[in-house]
Amino acid sequence: MCTNIATKTKITGSAKSGEGWNRVDEATIGYDHATHTWVEHTVRLDFWDSRRPDADHIAVELDLASGRALLQRLEEVLDAAEHSGREVTTAP
Amino acid sequence: MTFWNSFDTAGSDGMTAAVIKIKGANGDEIHAYTARPEGRGPFPGIVLVHHMPGWDELYREFTRRFAQHGYNTICPDLHCRAGHGKPDDVSAKVRADGGVADAQVVDDLVAGAKWLRAQPTSTGKVGVIGTCSAGRHAMVAAAKTKDWSAVADLWGGGVVMEAKDLNPKRPVAPIDMTKDVSAPVLGLFGNDDQSPTPAQVDQHEAELKRHGKTYEFYRYDGAGHGFFYYNRPSFRAEQAADGWEKVFAFFAKHLS
Repeated sequence: MCTNIATKTKITGSAKSGEGWNRVDEATIGYDHATHTWVEHTVRLDFWDSRRPDADHIAVELDLASGRALLQRLEEVLDAAEHSGREVTTAP
Repeated sequence: MTFWNSFDTAGSDGMTAAVIKIKGANGDEIHAYTARPEGRGPFPGIVLVHHMPGWDELYREFTRRFAQHGYNTICPDLHCRAGHGKPDDVSAKVRADGGVADAQVVDDLVAGAKWLRAQPTSTGKVGVIGTCSAGRHAMVAAAKTKDWSAVADLWGGGVVMEAKDLNPKRPVAPIDMTKDVSAPVLGLFGNDDQSPTPAQVDQHEAELKRHGKTYEFYRYDGAGHGFFYYNRPSFRAEQAADGWEKVFAFFAKHLS
């Protein structure tokens, strides 16, 4: 079913697609009908460049367990990065 | 009568199918995919409401399928205002923005009905059909305007809504508009569906009965949500084949 579960956030970074690397400044995170993965619903991660609204966006869809696994590993990496003693830089 | 494979092989069976532009809600110019049988007709019309995954290939095929069966058909691009690109890119943007507003959808669909009635081959009768979120939109349209001679809701989740799920884009639950539904209703549902659940379908049916509405509900064992979608794991061949017969029988009854 359509879940209407979606939220978005501004980000600073880049994403790579068939076109090469491009800036992305917005991400949406949702859980809804899958487009390609052979399951009913997936965690959906969409990355956009708001300056190019008609460009293909970068999309990833994962089953729920994979979403949890990704989240856990992401938190581990972020914790490690923030405690690494290295300077935290923000992209311009 | 069986509708599948019922054409005469001697016929030329042509159709004109193309994307056009119509004036939708707020006077916005939006795209619509259309398919019209060749010949003088006259032909009844169908407005096809596309689902949340987008104004996509499945819906283009459905549009042509209805034309194949003798209906002038239009499928407005409800996501047009989000821009253009591949259907899943456009729908991802719309999803991120919380979907499209019910009021806007209704006005876009009415614009489609107006285009159908303006066709020289039109009988003047128009039905509306949608699957999933579009089944819900079809029910909203059926309550909000009197443009329809038949409405088909295929597994529309969100006809029954809790108060916490209402928002400015979806301010009223469609079930609460049932008294204003102005056309016979066809409902197709899978009994394994989680939105709508069988209990929610029961509620929907009870409300239609309470208000004395003409309706036909068909509920399929072994099927969940989206069982017509042959490109997805939800596809259920036997149930979909029967479902299509129900759709064509319903429109033949109410749009002739």
